[in-house]
Amino acid sequence: MSGEFRMPSLGPDMEAGTLVQWRVKPGDAVKRGDIVALVETEKGIIDVEIFSDGVVDQLLVPEGTHVAVGTLLAQLNGGATRTRQVIEVGKPSEAPQPLARSAPVPATHAATSTTPTTTIVPPTISSVPSPEAHRRKVSPAARARARELGVDLERVTGTGMGAAITIEDVVRAAQTVDKPGIAEPAHDMRQIIARAMSRSKREIPHYYLSLTCSFAKARAFLDRYNARVDIESRLLPSCVLLKAVAQAAKAMPEFNGFYKDDAFQAASDVHLGVAIAMRGGRLVAPALLNADQKSLAALMIDLRDLATRVRAGHMRSSELSMPTLTVTSFAEEDVDSVIPVIYPPQVAIVGVGAIRERPWVVEGQVRAELTVPISLAADHRVTDGRAGTRFLATIRNALQAPEQL
Amino acid sequence: MNTPTIEQQILNAFLQVAPDVDPAKLKPEIPFRDQFDFDSMDTLNFAIGLHQQFGIDVPETQYRELASLAKTAAFVRSALQQDGKRSTGPAAT
Amino acid sequence: MSALPQTARAITYREALRQGLRSVLLNDPDVFLIGEDIGKYGGCFAVTKGLLEEFGEARIRDAPLSESAFVGAGIGAALAGMRPVVEIMTVNFSLLALDQILNTAATLSHMSGGQCPVPLIIRMATGAGRQVAAQHSHSLEGWYSHIPGLRIVTPATIDDAAGMLRAALEFRDPVIIFEHMNLYNVQGELSVDAASINIERAAIRRAGQDISLITYGASLYKCLTAAEQLSAQGIEAEVIDLRVLRPLDEKTFIQSVRRTRRALIVDEGWRSVGLAAEVGMRIMEQAFYDLDAPVERVCGVEVPVPYAKHMEEAALPRVEQIVTLAASMVKHVG
Repeated sequence: MSGEFRMPSLGPDMEAGTLVQWRVKPGDAVKRGDIVALVETEKGIIDVEIFSDGVVDQLLVPEGTHVAVGTLLAQLNGGATRTRQVIEVGKPSEAPQPLARSAPVPATHAATSTTPTTTIVPPTISSVPSPEAHRRKVSPAARARARELGVDLERVTGTGMGAAITIEDVVRAAQTVDKPGIAEPAHDMRQIIARAMSRSKREIPHYYLSLTCSFAKARAFLDRYNARVDIESRLLPSCVLLKAVAQAAKAMPEFNGFYKDDAFQAASDVHLGVAIAMRGGRLVAPALLNADQKSLAALMIDLRDLATRVRAGHMRSSELSMPTLTVTSFAEEDVDSVIPVIYPPQVAIVGVGAIRERPWVVEGQVRAELTVPISLAADHRVTDGRAGTRFLATIRNALQAPEQL
Repeated sequence: MNTPTIEQQILNAFLQVAPDVDPAKLKPEIPFRDQFDFDSMDTLNFAIGLHQQFGIDVPETQYRELASLAKTAAFVRSALQQDGKRSTGPAAT
Repeated sequence: MSALPQTARAITYREALRQGLRSVLLNDPDVFLIGEDIGKYGGCFAVTKGLLEEFGEARIRDAPLSESAFVGAGIGAALAGMRPVVEIMTVNFSLLALDQILNTAATLSHMSGGQCPVPLIIRMATGAGRQVAAQHSHSLEGWYSHIPGLRIVTPATIDDAAGMLRAALEFRDPVIIFEHMNLYNVQGELSVDAASINIERAAIRRAGQDISLITYGASLYKCLTAAEQLSAQGIEAEVIDLRVLRPLDEKTFIQSVRRTRRALIVDEGWRSVGLAAEVGMRIMEQAFYDLDAPVERVCGVEVPVPYAKHMEEAALPRVEQIVTLAASMVKHVG
């Protein structure tokens, strides 16, 4: 069965992207989840994953090409359309052109020419490069060292036998590599935020609810937990909050999904978007995949991994395009609470206000209690305030029994 | 042999957490948070880095001692000294 | 190498072998030599010259022209408690005794549950390079190394020529000593006491950190020459003399390859299914992730060894081949 790899939509507002680099070559076997290309969008350079298994047959778009979402980028499993033009990778050329491009032949030429002007190039054996021709030669020792040093072998020039990459090449590359950092996006990230937020405020009838919850039990749980584990395994408060929200989303699927084509589609999994600010003022909300199914410890590992990769500019496409519900946290900020704006096409967003001590009335007595205001902005086309109330209560209740998270 | 100073080692741990920061622009006295949007995740990763670098434990209650480069250096020095006292006894001082 | 001053005198490989034989004949009354023309004639390569006069016919026994018979006699004597040292002129003729060696000498101890060990020593010349044509130029050390039950050694230095025989007497199983024909006239000084020679370990004959040249027998000298030429190019080769082809001392060459990350095996035997293949495979099994270049080999060309001098040279590993290949493995092209 043939497979196609098209320019993915890495966010509801993405219209086009630049194929910066291929991470696969014809003949490479790929499986679902493999990173096959780097694509530059307004959000930065994204590691794009593939969604089916197969063997790369042809790469149809050369590196450096700006193409629309949905453009066929590569053919898998020898399923190439027989008439497709083969574009030599690495040679700057035009983006794939529709075959119907051949303009009507001017009459003067038509009179003298009987051959059709659209040349159909049948694929020949030699047009499909052999795997050997494209496999990068990397010595086993060099590969191991590259892993140790975090060197991307694709960027290393081999100087060993048969231009193979040797240990020395890797070490040299590690010394000269630029400080890791996110590549400068082509467009201001403000633009993408502006488009998404304008669309949200234009199209989504928001309603807002807020509930201040005690965080004392959660804090006590974290203190106990963190005193017991190694420093590497310590949990952050946000981890507990995210898990509580994820469980609520699982319990109430009407807050977890997308509003598309005038209808709500509940998502089967909970991929929790986490708004992460990058130094330099950029903001992205990649997803913690299947957050409801993970233990706090596992979630913490994912969260650390995600935060690290976001700051190093290595987000995966699945994490960017998939959030089913977003959490935006101001737990460490100097604000009381947040009234957030939904990220379309999602239908809700949960805001976390500052975790701090506030006056708290228990049995007629006022005392200082560690609390956190949780807010909800939800799409009124999908749910009503009553459901929102239950959603917030579910989160609050979860925070009162943190050991069950 | 060239032994890196405590400040250099701390800086290494810091750059692991914030590789995008230019160390030349780092002001030792100013809190990381005010200079680079350091958040709790960064602080935790920084504490882990110090633990790996120096073998010292940073309890959660003492995270505030890691607020700036200067404060961190003072904290690490005192923690290392405590360790030294424990392992070699009072005579070592 | 530190030469012992009181014995520092250049001797030939042939003389070293003879010293080894004399010393075991003097030390152990159960030792006797048997082979074709080893008595009056002094041996095909004159190794046993003078021994008949010194030790007499009972201990230096000329055998009739039948390898199968005198190897079989050696096996019988070994079973009966003697310590026979059999000389077969060359490996080429040993094929006539292959049944005795493979089916009898190598198996009896195993088939008798260790009750009938065969402490037999067989010496034979091997190799090409003397223009004696295809039928007299074989290098079949790899063949013999295939056989469980045998210990195969290849003395390449003066010290090993003098000491390996004594070391072989310590084993209860058959030991075959391969003496390369081109080595008999090599001169050198004994540098160590023969009693310190083992037949268990490979030896690092030259230390280096850029590539391991793994070899044995006469090819050792080609590798040492190549190493000197490589050194002039800034490449320091480690030269490993395997010394014992069965059982292989993997530890020494694996550790070397782990250090240098490159291995070039030089073996005069034919390339296919040979000793170099075995050594290379062991490296793949144990040091793959340490390698920084594919394992390479320089072997004998797969033809019957030609008679004509220039063709014979072309069929055997050459120093310039080793240098070129080793340099291409180490040197960066960019």
